[in-house]
Amino acid sequence: MIAQPEPKQDVLAKRDSIVAGLRALVPGSGVIAEAIRLKPYETDGLSAYRQIPLAVVLPETTEQVAAVMAFCHREGVRVVPRGAGTSLSGGALPMADAVVLGLMRMNRILDIDYGDRCAVVQAGVTNIGITQAVQAEGFFYAPDPSSQLACMIGGNVNMNSGGAHCLRYGVTANNLLGLRVVTVAGEVLDIGGAHLDAAGYDWLGLLTGSEGQLAVVTEVTVRILRSPEGARAMLAAFKSNEIAGACVDAIIGSGIIPVALEFMDRPAIHACEAFAHAGYPLDAEAMLIIEVEGSITEQDYYLDRIREICNRFDPVSLKVSQSAEESLAIWKGRKGAFGAVGRISPDYLCMDGTIPTSRLADVLGRIGEMSAAYGLQVANIFHAGDGNLHPLIMFDANDPASFRKAEDFGADILKLCVEVGGCLTGEHGVGVEKRDLMGVQFSEIELDQQRRVKSAFDPGWLLNPSKVFPLKPGVAAAA
Amino acid sequence: MQTNFTEEQLRDPETSVANLILRTCVHCGFCTATCPTFVLLGDELDSPRGRIYLIKDMLENQRPASEEVVRHVDRCLSCLSCMSTCPSGVHYMHLVDHARTYIEATYRRPWHDRAMRRMLGAVLPRPALLRLALRGAKIARPLARAIPGNSVPAQRLRAMLKLAPASLPAKGAAERPGVHRAVGTRRGRVALLAGCAQNVLDPAINDATIRLLTRMGVEVVVAEGAGCCGALTHHMGQHDPAMHAAAANIAAWSREIAGEGLDAIVINTSGCGTTVKDYGFMFRTAPDAQRVQAEAVSALAADISEYLTRIGYAPSRPAPGLTVAYHAACSLQHGQKILNEPKTLLRKAGFTVKEPAEGHLCCGSAGTYNVMQPEIAGRLRERKLGNIKATKPDLIAAGNIGCMTQLAGDALPVVHTVQLLDWMAGGPAPQGIAAKSGG
Repeated sequence: MIAQPEPKQDVLAKRDSIVAGLRALVPGSGVIAEAIRLKPYETDGLSAYRQIPLAVVLPETTEQVAAVMAFCHREGVRVVPRGAGTSLSGGALPMADAVVLGLMRMNRILDIDYGDRCAVVQAGVTNIGITQAVQAEGFFYAPDPSSQLACMIGGNVNMNSGGAHCLRYGVTANNLLGLRVVTVAGEVLDIGGAHLDAAGYDWLGLLTGSEGQLAVVTEVTVRILRSPEGARAMLAAFKSNEIAGACVDAIIGSGIIPVALEFMDRPAIHACEAFAHAGYPLDAEAMLIIEVEGSITEQDYYLDRIREICNRFDPVSLKVSQSAEESLAIWKGRKGAFGAVGRISPDYLCMDGTIPTSRLADVLGRIGEMSAAYGLQVANIFHAGDGNLHPLIMFDANDPASFRKAEDFGADILKLCVEVGGCLTGEHGVGVEKRDLMGVQFSEIELDQQRRVKSAFDPGWLLNPSKVFPLKPGVAAAA
Repeated sequence: MQTNFTEEQLRDPETSVANLILRTCVHCGFCTATCPTFVLLGDELDSPRGRIYLIKDMLENQRPASEEVVRHVDRCLSCLSCMSTCPSGVHYMHLVDHARTYIEATYRRPWHDRAMRRMLGAVLPRPALLRLALRGAKIARPLARAIPGNSVPAQRLRAMLKLAPASLPAKGAAERPGVHRAVGTRRGRVALLAGCAQNVLDPAINDATIRLLTRMGVEVVVAEGAGCCGALTHHMGQHDPAMHAAAANIAAWSREIAGEGLDAIVINTSGCGTTVKDYGFMFRTAPDAQRVQAEAVSALAADISEYLTRIGYAPSRPAPGLTVAYHAACSLQHGQKILNEPKTLLRKAGFTVKEPAEGHLCCGSAGTYNVMQPEIAGRLRERKLGNIKATKPDLIAAGNIGCMTQLAGDALPVVHTVQLLDWMAGGPAPQGIAAKSGG
């Protein structure tokens, strides 16, 4: 179990008055404080780590969020913001003395402006909810994390989420225009707006990816884009992970940037095919989903060039999607991949390292060797074009030894990513999961400088303080 | 996901199944997004993942169900939208069914709740009693607004009276057991689940089914001894009456299978279809002979749209020039994964078919849910009707009497898919529907 900062005894002691104070601010069913009802809030998408919070509060307006923050600030209570609770790095893991601030009830689309190509939405709108709101007019919101069906835009901003189509369109940071946030003291700030760039410092850049540690996001202004004329996906199957990895590097190296370039290895192909029935090649060791878009002529041109490159790598099969339904099924399998691994293993840890694409073949080979050494199976499903790896380490949570081995294996993979010139996280954030590995990536001076940024926003370290930074500088805090 | 059951707990077959289901869940949270109650209430506790967690905690600790757990499990519609969404294949239906039975065994509900559930469980599956009750409701209907207060029993009484139809139709052809001969050369023989409440509320559905099938050369048997499928009581956690009803059906249909034989057991109420298709699981620990029969019955069960697709439906009238909003019943789309058959058949019959937005969200009917949870059910009904009306249809078609009752009473007529198919194949037009062109 992950180490947490010492709970504040004075806060635990005045629990009842804190709950009563919250009830006065958010009436009705908006405060949860009974032990049985708190239990389901003890974890998020990283269910190996659990901690029952002091209370949960579910505000419906920015004003209520501001009132809750001001109250908690006055009382010295820690706050853990939560969206859909889909974080794979434990970003919404509660603390025993913390109030979980759930933004799920703030799920309204506030404004859509097709002329200026932007939409203003509350933090609890799901990622796909934005696209659904604008698609009838031929628009979409580009970043598409695999959990886009459920994950919420507030969480996307805080983790700077990516997705399959970020290869072409960039991550959340590249598609944001403005934020309304509540500071730790309960002030409401508007940052940026329906225009490009901002006057003064790039606060938007700073707050994006700040993992709920600098302020609470309540409203988001996003860039919406005109949907492409059409898109087609190709499935390219290969005889080994290494060959597929080398093919990815060749495609990117040729200067072609497909809209998406996704990788799946054999275990992943089989699990996802059982869920999505997309016609994945079950006889292959590895598969790439390569999507191109534009007019039919453009699509044909790029698919031909990509096919030429793939043919140099002795593919098992190459298949282009023939219909909208087939493309939908292909993506359903990819987007449901993590969950689908639940069909072959009761539990998994999803890693999220990033490496230069030129090192893909090498790193995949080394992960395979580690898998054999640790005796734990791995499924590889990831955004290959971005070099953003997602090895899923399968283990059995009912066996504590198996979980410890999985954690060690995961740490080794992430260290390897840094060693080859990459990074600990691509899009899931550091959370608690990678917190104690931050020293592998950053020097103590660099970490301290980042801590000072947090302190400038939140001097008392009340906002989500157990995440991102090792609890004791330079010392791994994992038990 | 990790579970904490002792070896001894796992020796109980029910707990062992629950454990396997819980182990499949990876807590990814995808299910929250397509759950009607999470969409409306925005609370993890009113999402499938939250309920799974509440149930897990209750079962692991062998704790009697508490008011909190009951509140959130009761709010589940059992629409099974979560099962369509779940990438891991978590069998939520079996888990929540078990939880409901567990709740019934370990939790004492307030008196009015117990009384209401007992009453619904006793009346709805018995056509004679239901007819009697609805006659009474017809008289009491104008008084609905006069029921004072906002207490739970008052809200439920008002909801119940509002759902009662203004007039009761005459008995239909499927009310009594019997054999309806095929017209021309016999090409098949099926049993029809005549059902319980549907027979009273809208016998025209069974009449249309029998007309259409016999016209297509299929002999239709309403088996002696078959009745309610058991779903209504099953979903209220009333295990014994549900198993009793199911056992009667299994016995009745098994006699037909052993006798002249059956090609299918045709069901035109998809809520029932989901349950009949689950008989094999429900009787998994029964003595061998009954278990094998239950499995055979489940394997033969087919929704009317599945069966018509199988034998090849064709219309005989010209296209009616009508636009139909197809309302996908949850039991059909999520419970039985039947997505395209009804739409394809309606198009084949000559209708223009529209699919409303948020088609995956429940209309709020959900068995007895619209009586027991009137507030949430009412909000879902409004949302559903709003999405349906946006498609500007002439009428609504659905494959489940529960949805039809829930969506009735607004501007648009609501009919069963099979009534439209029968009409276009030579049967009479459903009441209140007329062709705009051709005909």
